[in-house]
Amino acid sequence: MVLFWGAISFWILAWWANIWIARQKEQKILNLLPPILFGGSVIFVWEASVIHFGVNPIILPPPSAVYYKFISSIPTLWEDFVQTAIKGALSGYIIGCVIAFAVSLIADKFKFFERGVLPIGNFLAAMPIIGIAPILVMWYGYGWQSKAAVVAVMVFFPILVNTVQGMKMSDKIHRDLMQTYNASYLQTLFKLRLATAMPFIFNGLKICTTLALIGAIVAEFFGSPIRGMGFRISTEAPRFALDMVWAEITVAAIAGSLFYGGVVLLEKWITFWHPSQR
Amino acid sequence: MLAILMTKKTGIGSESNVLPVTCVIIFIVIIWYGFSILLNAPWEFDKAKRNSITLSATELVTNTWAQKRPKLPAPHQVVGEIWATTVNKKVTSKRSLVYHGLITFYETIYGFALGTGLGILLALGIVFNRATAMSVMPWIITSQTIPILAIAPMIVVALGSLGFGGLLPIVIISMYLSFFPVVVGMVKGLKSPEQLEIDQMKTWSASKSQILFKLRAPRSTPYLFTSLKLGIAASLVGAIVGELPSGGGGGLGFRMLSGSTFGNTLHIWSGLFSAAILAGSLIAIISVIQRIVLKRMALEL
Repeated sequence: MVLFWGAISFWILAWWANIWIARQKEQKILNLLPPILFGGSVIFVWEASVIHFGVNPIILPPPSAVYYKFISSIPTLWEDFVQTAIKGALSGYIIGCVIAFAVSLIADKFKFFERGVLPIGNFLAAMPIIGIAPILVMWYGYGWQSKAAVVAVMVFFPILVNTVQGMKMSDKIHRDLMQTYNASYLQTLFKLRLATAMPFIFNGLKICTTLALIGAIVAEFFGSPIRGMGFRISTEAPRFALDMVWAEITVAAIAGSLFYGGVVLLEKWITFWHPSQR
Repeated sequence: MLAILMTKKTGIGSESNVLPVTCVIIFIVIIWYGFSILLNAPWEFDKAKRNSITLSATELVTNTWAQKRPKLPAPHQVVGEIWATTVNKKVTSKRSLVYHGLITFYETIYGFALGTGLGILLALGIVFNRATAMSVMPWIITSQTIPILAIAPMIVVALGSLGFGGLLPIVIISMYLSFFPVVVGMVKGLKSPEQLEIDQMKTWSASKSQILFKLRAPRSTPYLFTSLKLGIAASLVGAIVGELPSGGGGGLGFRMLSGSTFGNTLHIWSGLFSAAILAGSLIAIISVIQRIVLKRMALEL
């Protein structure tokens, strides 16, 4: 009872604090506070109301239970993480990006091919490509290879579309300048066109981080060895071991954010000159 | 995601691309036929060896394109399967693709409608309340770095144990995927009027709601439609993935899963293609509405 009302009043206090912060002038440190306060109060209210209303842990376990489960099953979670995120998602992501990049270079060189491939790529990028998972699992077996293949196919089209689009972004006047320098095709490509394409390429790379994890996890629903995040989630959920499922979700969230953050850091390092980075 | 934003410029409809697109499609189909020989051949050789006959080249090719459970069905087999399970089956039959397609369609539409509603509400909150913007927006973005689809089995189980079986869990998953593009697009759209224009409204002593309905809302419609196209594609993915753990029901995702468990590749491929057709037609419908609405509002595309 006390806990519950404590949580509610914490929520209200946090909200007031956020309103107060919102009225202050822009400051880096202060801007970090509202999301932390909001997230904290959500977790606090969640914990308190699960205990207060006696919610069945089968439906919604309290955050503390998830935390204990997380701490006590780190070896399993780590094994699943390596299987799904590193072997499945990351390797597939790299394979898919490299192939998409190569194809977009070809498309850039041959305009006829580009005009044919781009509309199809645009169309397929909006398709539920995840549906290819059962087919690839059937072809490549239950191991991580099939997951990598699903991920590679999923990331292919967004990267392709973004890279081809980005390659068109260099100004005519800049290309003319390169020509007056007597620059070769490769020189123009590396020193001008790929450089201007980078913000677009990174846009694609960022979108694909999430897609890669989703692809690897969902592909495991169609069959996997007895480890992996998707396997764990799909076997623990029907057994009502929801604390384990939430622990896996926490791992997925951390992995997803780290993956995304890593690409953002890389972007900051490579496209330091772009207005949005300054 | 960005793809649809750009279809306008490089769209399939524009005339100049018809020839290259056809060429690439023909190229893909040829490669496909080639691979279906390559992948299905070992099984044919096996069978021939067992019956101790030698296959001629033409026999091999025709056989690999007509297997019952091929590793890779030839394009005409997939088309034939779709034809057989849509036109030649009763709609109410569980073996009809139309039956499964309709289930997925309803899940997608409900999820999409709820997701769009939620997205617009959140966008309004973010635009009009700075505290909401500062505290909620980072979490909305974080929520998308989490592979939300991964929690599909849990939502299905949790809601199922509460007594909400059937469509509801799938609709919720579908909603969760589709609200994000709407939030992002609508925040951008509602903020798109310039300060000058808002000041102009204020000089006419327009109230906040008048500014919303007469300036911000109309101005955000182009953004809304772009987001709707992204959102409906996302909610279809959500519906298909949501069907996987829910088992019994039906729908294209269920059809693909059962095809995968029973090794019926033709079911998987026909399910995949129907999903693609469904996604394509839903996006096309929104594009048509977009064109009509924006034309009537005299907004350029």
